[in-house]
Amino acid sequence: MAAERASHRGRAGRSAPAESGEAPDRRQSLQTSSAGSGSMDGLLATKEIVIACGPGGVGKTTTAAAAGVMAAVRHGSKVLVLTVDPAKRLANALGLDGIGNAEHRVPDEAFRAAGLKPRGELWVAMLDTKESWDALIRRHAPDKQTREEILANPLYQNISGKFVQSHDYIAMERLYEIHSESDYDLIVVDTPPTRNALDFLDAPQRMADFFSSRLLRWLIVPYRSRLVNMATKPFYSIADRILGTEFLADISEFFILFQSMYDGFVERSESVGRLLSDRRTTFLVVSTLEAVPLREAEYFAEQLVSRRLHLGAIVLNKVLPDYLRGSEGTVVADAMNERSDELSALLAPELAALDPVMGDTDQISRVLGEVADSYLNFQVVALREMEERAMLSVVPDVLATVPFFDTDIFDLAGLVRLGEQIWE
Amino acid sequence: MNPLLDLKLLFVTGKGGVGKTTVASALALLASQRGKRVLICEVDAKGDVAGFYETSPTAFHEREVLPGLYAMTMDTEASLREYLKLQLRIPVVGRIGPLAKAFDFVATAAPGVREILTVGKFCYEVRERHYDLVVVDAPASGHIIGQLAAPQAINSLVKVGLIRSQTDWMLDILSDAHKTGLVAVCTPEEMPVSETIELAARVRDETTVQLSAVVVNRVLPELFGRQEEAVFDALGGAGPLTRLSELVGGDAGPVFDAARLAVTMRRTRATHLDRLRQGIDSAVPLLYLPYLFTRSHGLRTTRQVAASLGEELGF
Repeated sequence: MAAERASHRGRAGRSAPAESGEAPDRRQSLQTSSAGSGSMDGLLATKEIVIACGPGGVGKTTTAAAAGVMAAVRHGSKVLVLTVDPAKRLANALGLDGIGNAEHRVPDEAFRAAGLKPRGELWVAMLDTKESWDALIRRHAPDKQTREEILANPLYQNISGKFVQSHDYIAMERLYEIHSESDYDLIVVDTPPTRNALDFLDAPQRMADFFSSRLLRWLIVPYRSRLVNMATKPFYSIADRILGTEFLADISEFFILFQSMYDGFVERSESVGRLLSDRRTTFLVVSTLEAVPLREAEYFAEQLVSRRLHLGAIVLNKVLPDYLRGSEGTVVADAMNERSDELSALLAPELAALDPVMGDTDQISRVLGEVADSYLNFQVVALREMEERAMLSVVPDVLATVPFFDTDIFDLAGLVRLGEQIWE
Repeated sequence: MNPLLDLKLLFVTGKGGVGKTTVASALALLASQRGKRVLICEVDAKGDVAGFYETSPTAFHEREVLPGLYAMTMDTEASLREYLKLQLRIPVVGRIGPLAKAFDFVATAAPGVREILTVGKFCYEVRERHYDLVVVDAPASGHIIGQLAAPQAINSLVKVGLIRSQTDWMLDILSDAHKTGLVAVCTPEEMPVSETIELAARVRDETTVQLSAVVVNRVLPELFGRQEEAVFDALGGAGPLTRLSELVGGDAGPVFDAARLAVTMRRTRATHLDRLRQGIDSAVPLLYLPYLFTRSHGLRTTRQVAASLGEELGF
């Protein structure tokens, strides 16, 4: 059991032996020997749930959408992309504007307009935290009165509406609901931006702990029986002083109401937790090759492995093009810089022949210098990126690199362009 | 001269990946270089601030990391302990464990309690005048509103009790535009710009804090003037490019491809910049930071960014 956990830093030749009875695909994430041997194609064909995660600002939402589009187009699957916060133009293109929690099918015309033959079905849905919480309450409330009281409770409204921590749980809860109640071949989930990328992994357990806690019972005791025992008294006197009795009463009422849903909630959050570690579920860690996001992504990948969750792929976005790393380019750029005057004099007649105003040798010299500098500047970044990639401590089966696109991705055609890069 | 650094409390926020911590670290460094006593606090506790100053990890108790510059990491439990001791005069001896756990539990359900402890700590430092400036490397833009609006949320939920009176003085500090400001960091890209415009509106509508500046990070240099761009296009044409390659003894194609990429990138970003200028109240200054052609970070980078910020602020 400890084998997988122990080996995640030092990898070469020490990959964990397969455990009997364990799903065979669990082993792969640590083996450098098999790195890159898999493909996104294979991964998406064998899994039912893909959870895209990683630091903010690296193109997570777009990557999740691209993976979904590709699975629909290439495999002819029925795919749902459950997204959290897409860019407006992308949301428009997918028809996600103002549809709340509902699942919505991307029309075939959208595929044709993007020059694609529609195969399979692409469905999209947004995560509406408030609406999902309400649905959860409706499901678990024992009776109509409790349900209405909870929905109207000011604390409940605050939790469900404003507090971002509640996103983490509800995203996983909704995934569970969709997975168990519908017939998608593949569900791709984009995870909400969290303070800590691991929050949503822990969310189901935290939710279960929250409702099983003895503290919950402590807290609601005095308002039920008016009997405060000696152990809880100090807590109440402090809580009273900080929060005020009235507020404490509000909290207690809220918990008393919530307790009626205890069994349903705990069972449910445990099922959600199980789904995350199910062998049909895989994780897609998205990052760029910038130092800070990459460290975060790497930490996340390590955590997945140590929690025995399936790390399916790492997708590296916005990677600068290969031609920036050639040594010939460096030689050329240096020559353009050093010999810019000489070169501009030699090139001037040719340019003047095209247009007489372009024959100014000073101007040509300046342009040559700028072009060369720009190349060398970007080369620094490109080389640094390759070093970062080489230092990755966790190498999954699929390590996809997506080049920097010079324009934003905001439609199906763009998603396919990105998708094709991660596919092979 | 921009009075940004004359404020007492600066919250720095931004979408993930735009350089929020870099800018917070650089602002604090710049203020300390200008003779101020500065505290920088990291709320997310990822330990990035220590990296930007190349110092050992920071903790709840602040430590001088550079002359005049103190750094700390927010820790809700430690803050609770301090809060109980300083604000409520409840001495917490030894085991805070069960109480903190209970508190944690209440805080999960009672919105704003955790946020109050965080914001309260900063307001306290400002009120006690321990520092000339407190810079907060605040949560990403999705979370900052909850934090800044917490004192009001508590005020509306809690009518009496000590915590109520605590929020009153916090609100005084937070709503004073001469004391407290929010700095939003973004890059000239689609999502960061959209999120910044949205954030500006929410800050105005849902909090009492003033948006003091927007820092636009990673602005690409303009390579050519219009006439030069024509020359550039001509040079990249088949004839001149072949000739150039012969002259320098190597393929100049990739070098021109790179410049073309830089030109298109800048052009795409320019449209987002326009959108940002239109979407933000013109009274809010925009500060531009150049794209740094490096992907590492450390004290050297932080100094560079601080210098650029100093120029933008008119120092």
